[in-house]
Amino acid sequence: MIRGWSAVYFREMLILRRRLFRLISAWSVSPLLYLIAFGYAMGKGISIQGHTYIEFLIPGLAAMSSMTQSFAIGSEINIARFYWHIFEEFQAAPISNTAYVLGEVLAGMTRALLAGCVILVLGALFDVVLSYGPSFWLAFLLNSLIFSSLAVGLAMLIKSHADQAMVTSFVITPMAFLGGTFFPIEHLPHWAQIILCWLPLTHAANAIRASSFNEAPQFSNYLILVSLGILAFVFAVMTVNRARD
Amino acid sequence: MNRADDKSSMIEVQNLRKRFGSYTALDGVSFQVKPGEIYSYLGPNGAGKTTTIRILTGLARRDSGKVRLNGCSIDDNPLEYKTNFGLVPQHTNLDVDLSVEENLVIHGRLYGMSGREISARIDELLKEMELGNKRKITVKKLSGGQKRRLLIARALLHHPKILFLDEPSVGLDPAIRRSLWGVIKKIKGDGATVFLTTHYIEEAEFLADRVAFLDAGRIVADARPADLMAEIGTWAIDILQLNRIQSFYFRTRQEANQWAASQESEFTLRRVSLEDAFLAKTGKKVE
Ligand SMILES: Nc1ncnc2c1ncn2[C@@H]1O[C@H](COP(=O)(O)OP(=O)(O)OP(=O)(O)O)[C@@H](O)[C@H]1O
Ligand SMILES: [Mg+2]
Repeated sequence: MIRGWSAVYFREMLILRRRLFRLISAWSVSPLLYLIAFGYAMGKGISIQGHTYIEFLIPGLAAMSSMTQSFAIGSEINIARFYWHIFEEFQAAPISNTAYVLGEVLAGMTRALLAGCVILVLGALFDVVLSYGPSFWLAFLLNSLIFSSLAVGLAMLIKSHADQAMVTSFVITPMAFLGGTFFPIEHLPHWAQIILCWLPLTHAANAIRASSFNEAPQFSNYLILVSLGILAFVFAVMTVNRARD
Repeated sequence: MNRADDKSSMIEVQNLRKRFGSYTALDGVSFQVKPGEIYSYLGPNGAGKTTTIRILTGLARRDSGKVRLNGCSIDDNPLEYKTNFGLVPQHTNLDVDLSVEENLVIHGRLYGMSGREISARIDELLKEMELGNKRKITVKKLSGGQKRRLLIARALLHHPKILFLDEPSVGLDPAIRRSLWGVIKKIKGDGATVFLTTHYIEEAEFLADRVAFLDAGRIVADARPADLMAEIGTWAIDILQLNRIQSFYFRTRQEANQWAASQESEFTLRRVSLEDAFLAKTGKKVE
């Protein structure tokens, strides 16, 4: 019942291709600033868990962009839905809700993957090359699966484009800063650590960082990411019908 | 209901109701459209034309009522149901940053067509819609009329049995509108069933095999245009009374002339039009 997902994905890729240059520039700016400000300038001489701060930062930024860039597919969907009414073309087409969600989620993951590569290239420009093996990419992709699915689900539920911006400022940005991107969550008080353990990004950052440092990643991180990914995807599929008036 | 009954109508709507909050947009709409017919759905702004199409195409939910296309129910098998129709919505919904061809290819893929099939069909349709030289052009760069024609091409790409056209000629100049009428006649000639909403009464008069007048969510008349007109008469006299034009209807020209002779004010004698029938049924003007 997933025939047609490739048409949805294909459309997103055509749009992505058209904007690739602009997007790559956009994906580079804030990580570059973080690397310069926190990694290079402030982080000199700091060492965390036996690594330089910039080595610590790069996997964190990769985890963060796997979240923010896959979540950004929600904005794309909203513009297509509220502004261009293109979503109606999908609603009227003989494709299932699952096919639609799969196409959009894979598009979000692709976007995140490209943004992640940009981070690794930037890292290399700062002379930091870590280990980016299968366990690194698995955690990266699972995290982007979670956030693309959430983005698709929210895009179906919200009633206007402004609502989408609210979700980003109140949920995504705080998580990006607190979920183990810039500092180890062990530096926070115990109660805060307990809260952060509920956030997918914390687990993704752990797994991604451990893989980058060639340490054995924790199985529990992956288990949690897989479970959340499945839940988020199911949630997204269930919301599609809600978008009809 | 047996299979034979199903086949006799391509579109079958029974007692369709739809509310938005406390507002009743459709209040028990029923109609049937036979294969190969052009059925025109006329009504003033806000009558519920678009709402009907949105429900029939799966874009909006209905509160109650039965909907079948080509014998297929939207609830039982939505995917099969949706292969039956093509849709030209009231508001253009094209990917403006993509090319004409890309827009069409995405559509073809959504309907499970092969690349070769899509390409051949694009050639055919762009030629028919006089967009042959626009294939690689970004949609943004097309004129309003060209975008409308692209929407029609897209809706026809997968060879639908039914075409829903929601005010296809809105914003088109008279020449382009006439050429669009030719296109719609040709679609009918190719065997498709057409459901057309419009504000232009002469469009319905020219194209439609059958016309429904929708007023505030109810169908107040549903018949062949000629029959609707015959119901009120053959000749009309427009007369200026109290700064308003009033129309009076007569069976024969002679009757009309006799009546006119007894009037003081200036008058015009003309044939009854579909607009007269519409006004008589709804008491409203179509803008
Ligand atoms: N999503 C919605 N929410 C609330 N009310 C709606 C919605 N869609 C339509 N309506 C209302 O339902 C009524 C019918 O609208 P509809 O768009 O079907 O009219 P229409 O006959 O197509 O009019 P027009 O000729 O202006 O296109 C209108 O009064 C409209 O305000
Ligand atoms: Mg309308």
